[in-house]
Amino acid sequence: MAEVKNVATRVGFGTALVELGKKRDDFIVMDADLAAATQTGMFKKAFPERFYDCGIAEQNMVGIAAGIAATGKKVICSSFAMFAAGRAFEQIRNSVGYPHLNVIIAATHAGISVGEDGATHQCNEDIALMRTIPGMTIINPADETEAKKAVYAAMEHDGPIYMRFGRLAVPVVFDDDYKFEIGKGVELREGNDVTIIATGLMVKEALEAHDLLKAEGINARVINMATIKPLDTEIVLKAAKETGAIVTAEEHSVIGGLGSAVSEYLSEVYPTPVVKLGVNDEFGHSGPAVKLLDEFGLRAVNIAEKVKKAISLKK
Amino acid sequence: MDIALKKSLELTAQKARIGIIKSIHSAKAGHPGGSLSCVDILTYLYFAKMNIDPKNPQKADRDRFVLSKGHAAPALYAVLAERGFFDPELLTTLRQIGSILQGHPDMKNIPGVDMSTGSLGQGISAAVGMALSAKHFGDDFKVYTVLGDGEIEEGQVWEAAMFAANKNLSNLTAFVDYNNLQIDGTIEEVNSAMPIDKKFAAFNWHTIIIDGHDFEQIEAALNEAESIDKPVAIIAKTIKGKGVSYMENAVNWHGAAPNDELAAQALDEIYARLAEME
Repeated sequence: MAEVKNVATRVGFGTALVELGKKRDDFIVMDADLAAATQTGMFKKAFPERFYDCGIAEQNMVGIAAGIAATGKKVICSSFAMFAAGRAFEQIRNSVGYPHLNVIIAATHAGISVGEDGATHQCNEDIALMRTIPGMTIINPADETEAKKAVYAAMEHDGPIYMRFGRLAVPVVFDDDYKFEIGKGVELREGNDVTIIATGLMVKEALEAHDLLKAEGINARVINMATIKPLDTEIVLKAAKETGAIVTAEEHSVIGGLGSAVSEYLSEVYPTPVVKLGVNDEFGHSGPAVKLLDEFGLRAVNIAEKVKKAISLKK
Repeated sequence: MDIALKKSLELTAQKARIGIIKSIHSAKAGHPGGSLSCVDILTYLYFAKMNIDPKNPQKADRDRFVLSKGHAAPALYAVLAERGFFDPELLTTLRQIGSILQGHPDMKNIPGVDMSTGSLGQGISAAVGMALSAKHFGDDFKVYTVLGDGEIEEGQVWEAAMFAANKNLSNLTAFVDYNNLQIDGTIEEVNSAMPIDKKFAAFNWHTIIIDGHDFEQIEAALNEAESIDKPVAIIAKTIKGKGVSYMENAVNWHGAAPNDELAAQALDEIYARLAEME
């Protein structure tokens, strides 16, 4: 078996920034005293004169980013998901979202897999918050490859983008030939009994769940939904019609994230059982990330259980 | 100061006051007090200071203005209309469905508005971002913003102030419309941010205190600001409701529209002043 490389999506983000920096100089990168953690530090080291540290003041950082964008320039601002989507929510809504400015908000350390820092830093609500902002695009890459490609795509995009990256090193799922397109889900495994729609680090778990289920004679389609908003409704509707049951898997609250987006869409156009796997309505706590993922039930075996529940709900 | 310019600015500011009263009266809602207190500053900026072109509102090298106290939108709209950015007839569509003139400034649809504002404390950060962009990319434009004295109770204002001085954004000038009233009472009663100048000075800004209704002082302060290698805060002492006798220093006119009778009285006062000037 080939050795699987483990890399955090935030590293893909930092790597992509440096690559972009080599090609163009028409953008600014900002951080709020977390450059070493978010990986904007890689860009800071390579291009110190194009990097601005706002200090521990995320609300101001988002406002500054809005101002830069209002002058027609591209800007990427980065912090932890908790302090970007959470603390600076209203700045993102009013200063970036309402004027529909070209600001990329790169939020790292999203989800429970922050690990040891515990509940105050484990943001399981960011997708829910960002989804409520009209015109916001939300991208949650599954691995390093997708993270890099998503950053390149975001730089060409018109309008605000929220990008979600993780702290934990996770297996690289995609090779360099992988095609990423904003707003498009990707079918990774065929199957007609049920569909697993996964995002972020749950994509790897969904692929494992596919194998587990196959051994039991269940053919589960697997879709990687990196863009949560705008949702690729075409691929969701096709999956609902062809497989009749859906399981969503995300490292985010079951309230307001991918599962909600899929449910909200299908309930109005093609009611289909949707079983959501995510962080339940509770706070996280400290511990090693891999153990927390086990404890909070964000693993392939948990997806497989939800799949059986979804199939049982099929009419 | 050039006498003719001064006279012309005084006339323009009175005309803008007419626009403020008419627009808020027709909207039956809005913020007259804080609009009337900062309208002289806006008049100076748009008629005597900023590099702008009403025929080309998006021209790349224009100076930028951010109304951080976005609720004074009627003042900004009246000045922009007077300056030729859009038809003054639009002023009486303020806050109506279908009008471009939103209750708070909307950069997407209003010619001449450089930043959408309304949520207090956010405009100054955007102004800082514009000033940073100019410095970083080697553009010459300047950035002006007007804050409310109540607004500076927002913590984000001081995050922005800290950053602007730290990055030495000398192309940024912030006015504080110091009318000493906010919705719940006087600044001192509610949550005093005084002394305002010393606070900005402590954040390493250059500070100037002026009478915000005196064009000579506004001009002198802006000229001084250009010679300073720091961001500059101009603390403009103003009268809330300035120019309408019953609104002056009256907290209840922060966010209320005059009825027909009171609007007529306000307009009579302003027209009388205009007639005197002319």
